[in-house]
Amino acid sequence: MVMNSDQKIVHPFWLRTFHWINLVAVILLILSGWRIYNASPIFAFTFPKEITLGGWLGGALLWHFAAMWLLFFNGLLYLFLNTVTGRFKARFFPIRFGDVFSELTAAFKGKLAHDDLSEYNAVQKLAYLFAVVFIVLLVLSGLVVWKSVQFPLLRELMGGYDNARIVHFFAMSALVAFTAVHVMMVALVPKTLLMMIRGR
Amino acid sequence: MKNRLDKSIIIQEALKELPSPSRRLLMKRAVTLGGLSLLTGCAVTDEKSAENMLMKISMLNDDVQAWLFDPNKLAPTYPESMMTKPFPFNAFYGPEDIPEIDEEDYQLEVSGLVADKHSWTLAELRKLPQTSQVTRHICVEGWSAIGKWGGVTFATFLNHIGADLSAKYVGFKCEDDYYTSIDMPTALHAQTLLTLTYDGQTLPPEYGYPMKLRMPTKLGYKNPKHIVAIFVTNTYPGGYWEDKGYNWFGGS
Repeated sequence: MVMNSDQKIVHPFWLRTFHWINLVAVILLILSGWRIYNASPIFAFTFPKEITLGGWLGGALLWHFAAMWLLFFNGLLYLFLNTVTGRFKARFFPIRFGDVFSELTAAFKGKLAHDDLSEYNAVQKLAYLFAVVFIVLLVLSGLVVWKSVQFPLLRELMGGYDNARIVHFFAMSALVAFTAVHVMMVALVPKTLLMMIRGR
Repeated sequence: MKNRLDKSIIIQEALKELPSPSRRLLMKRAVTLGGLSLLTGCAVTDEKSAENMLMKISMLNDDVQAWLFDPNKLAPTYPESMMTKPFPFNAFYGPEDIPEIDEEDYQLEVSGLVADKHSWTLAELRKLPQTSQVTRHICVEGWSAIGKWGGVTFATFLNHIGADLSAKYVGFKCEDDYYTSIDMPTALHAQTLLTLTYDGQTLPPEYGYPMKLRMPTKLGYKNPKHIVAIFVTNTYPGGYWEDKGYNWFGGS
């Protein structure tokens, strides 16, 4: 790739828009979700009230069931445009799994190359695809928790209502873990943040 | 620390704006206080519009759920061996405040858009065809429990009293001052039962003696206990928790 990455639009406008809308939706959903979790914790801990959204269970549910639409339609449009523009294929495939390993090793040694930001490396490809998978899983398990009677097939796929809550929880945890690493990497290469704002 | 300060200022401002004894509004306002000030420390005016927006979306979600609701789709049923023991007691008060009701004094009042408005005794209700089901009760908090309820299919009862089945709502008033209302399609669902028994025994006080409306297609708070009055109406009746901000349809 010879082209100067300063000039070339790496992230099209629509993608940047979806990215930031998704961020808002995910923050609202996770913070309100933690408050909902607290009403009947699955595990032996609760989330500190100060970092939850909604004030009480009813408020958190209002936020959660409002922000879910934002995530859902934004995500649907994201998948649709990525598919029809061929961006998915162009940016994410092929993923060379040999590269994943060597890049991870390089990253841990602090020697991960990032001079060309216009192309994703193999670890990035994998990580971003996983983020998409986690969100899809959150939507599907969320549908079962929300409407277990109306989605029998999905319910059985999730292993029943109670199990769907556990799937929902771990998909959330995975997305939070992804976000933590993602933000850390952006902090290490701040130019990527600029790129997600102005496209280049 | 800063957040907490902002929040208390906003609460004071909100209280000033409240037109007197409206506890309901106060509760509803609390809905978003924590949330918004946490995010941005927004002014009270923004707080109100955010709340309005959330309530509007919640009403939209009522419509979505009504659309998703399939009257022919049954909630899963379970073998009796899977029943949760003991089945949890749940109410907006503690077990010490469970209402005490005498069978001799009890009458179920029927009103609104119905042909036959005579009140029902328990003996009369027990004479209607009885059925039972083992289904999962899902609480809005997230936990669930499996129980066995028996009684009269609600559709049978509605037909008996000559209810206007094209009406929008069926409302319930309870001895413990709880109240709620449901949509007609759910009222007519095959698994919606006017229950008089739990696990083969007369419905015990903690589960709603003398009767509870059991709907495995709705969350727990939509299932009223200690029912003393049933009415059919086209005017939105709301509900105890619904008026505080819980979603009205509350389907599952």
